[in-house]
Amino acid sequence: MNGCIAYWGILRKDMRSYYLKPPNISWGLIFPLAWTLMFFIRSETAVDIRSLLPGVMALSILFGTTSMLAVTVTFEKRGRSFERLLLAPISLELLMWAKTSGAVFFGAVNAFVPVVMAAFLADLSGVIWWQLIVAVTLVAISSTFLGLLIAVCVKEVFEAQTFSNFFRFPMVFLCGLFFPIDQLPGPLQPLAYLLPLTYGADLLHEAVQSTGRLPVAVNLAALVGFCLLLFLVSLHRIRQKWIR
Amino acid sequence: MLRQNDGNEMSDTRVAAIAAHQLTKCFHAVRAVDGVSFEVRDGEVFGFLGPNGAGKTTTINMLTGLARPTSGSLRILGHDVTRNIKKAQHWMGIVPDESNLYPELDGWENLCFCASLYGIRRREREARARELLEQFGLASVARRRFAAYSKGMKRKLTIAAGIIHRPRILFLDEPTTGIDVASAREIRQRLAGLNQSGTTIFLTTHYIEEAERLCHRIAFLVDGRLVRVDTLANLVQAVQDKHTVELSASGGLRRMRDPLRNAFPAGDFEELSETRMRVHTDRPLPLAPLIRLLEEHEIQVTEARLIRPSLEDVFLEITGLELARMKNDDNRPETKSM
Repeated sequence: MNGCIAYWGILRKDMRSYYLKPPNISWGLIFPLAWTLMFFIRSETAVDIRSLLPGVMALSILFGTTSMLAVTVTFEKRGRSFERLLLAPISLELLMWAKTSGAVFFGAVNAFVPVVMAAFLADLSGVIWWQLIVAVTLVAISSTFLGLLIAVCVKEVFEAQTFSNFFRFPMVFLCGLFFPIDQLPGPLQPLAYLLPLTYGADLLHEAVQSTGRLPVAVNLAALVGFCLLLFLVSLHRIRQKWIR
Repeated sequence: MLRQNDGNEMSDTRVAAIAAHQLTKCFHAVRAVDGVSFEVRDGEVFGFLGPNGAGKTTTINMLTGLARPTSGSLRILGHDVTRNIKKAQHWMGIVPDESNLYPELDGWENLCFCASLYGIRRREREARARELLEQFGLASVARRRFAAYSKGMKRKLTIAAGIIHRPRILFLDEPTTGIDVASAREIRQRLAGLNQSGTTIFLTTHYIEEAERLCHRIAFLVDGRLVRVDTLANLVQAVQDKHTVELSASGGLRRMRDPLRNAFPAGDFEELSETRMRVHTDRPLPLAPLIRLLEEHEIQVTEARLIRPSLEDVFLEITGLELARMKNDDNRPETKSM
């Protein structure tokens, strides 16, 4: 029970302090709109909204979670308020899960903004909703944990931003959202399968258009594996660096 | 070498609030804390003093769970927490040397949030936050953002956050550094009140006067090593054998150094200015011949004052001697560490 109260307290504070601030809400709305408009402008033929949905959703989650978490944790670490959390009588696992839950929730909500918009413009009757929700959740968790790993590897807020971009942009171009993986140059193709977003994007393609290339079970297993790996490596780094 | 004296003010039958045995912390080749052993009794105010870089904060970090000891053992309220301190953190309140609450939250929200970290239910945490804001005189600024608080207010709220869950042991790292005299005095009064209500306090401070006023026992840490743990009375007794008289005169004291030394070879004459001088001796100093000598040189003594040895003298003597001894040890080829 004590753990639940602490978990809820941390989540509630982060939501109010960071994720529900007007700049972040407007980011959540403007970002998917901007991406969709970009595809409209660049396309010479009529744009299939449904085909855009997996890409826009994945980008909304990725950009909404990684830098937010990396920046907020680094910011609290710099101000030493993070020490207050480390000194609380709750396990490090629960603490970091509470700290990342806000970003996961924020990322997942961001992902559904384009879905709500698309519902007015396209027929979404063929979407496999359970798969979409699972995909969004797992992509949000893995992206958030990537942000956590970045946060525990840097000291300054600007470093967190730089590192986020260092990981995000190659991931966006290699994960199969813009170019099919089998059309990537040979040496880059194995690299694509080392990225969690590759499996998330494939799962989203499958859920929205039934055009996934890998079996759903493989995508799910890979995403769960990445989530666990990123979380455990982050915890290990925290124990090594912050509780020395 | 550590000299430890238990004093006789407190009962020995109580379980130690903190029992550290041979605590050591190394950062690569540097031994920040070197085999520190001490006990803090339940209900006492224990002062932890030492020069900058002595290892005070590292020790506090090990005691509270922000650092893992390289070796040694630690018991909190009788429980061995050397490997897992989480279970003891519920009994601890920690007030760091910087006010580290959340700048974007107001005073009320900060306290309620800190209470939630200790699993306190909503009704209770709100009642406790209200009570503490009243106690610390912050009720009128409860809804002001922490970032907009003055330094003194920030310090008070940080202490309030540290005791929101009614800890049995309160760790305070430099609680009054950088705040005005009135706020510092108010904080000291609150801390004394907390201790009277049964809270054990572990205090590090740079203000000797603060330690003198608040602490039952004091430990001196020098270069990562604990060199002395004792009651205030016993510590001061150690320098009681030295007699110091401060003389104030009309002027010209500097030119009197040699005549005074020649006339009183047992005295150590320390000129503070043209008009002030301190005389240190191992035995009570007869003042009449000294004043007469000065008057013969046309210097009027306006005041002669006996200087009572303070904790500051003890601090300077202990840390100074210990640092000199360590320096000597380091210079000896056979003991030089690599």
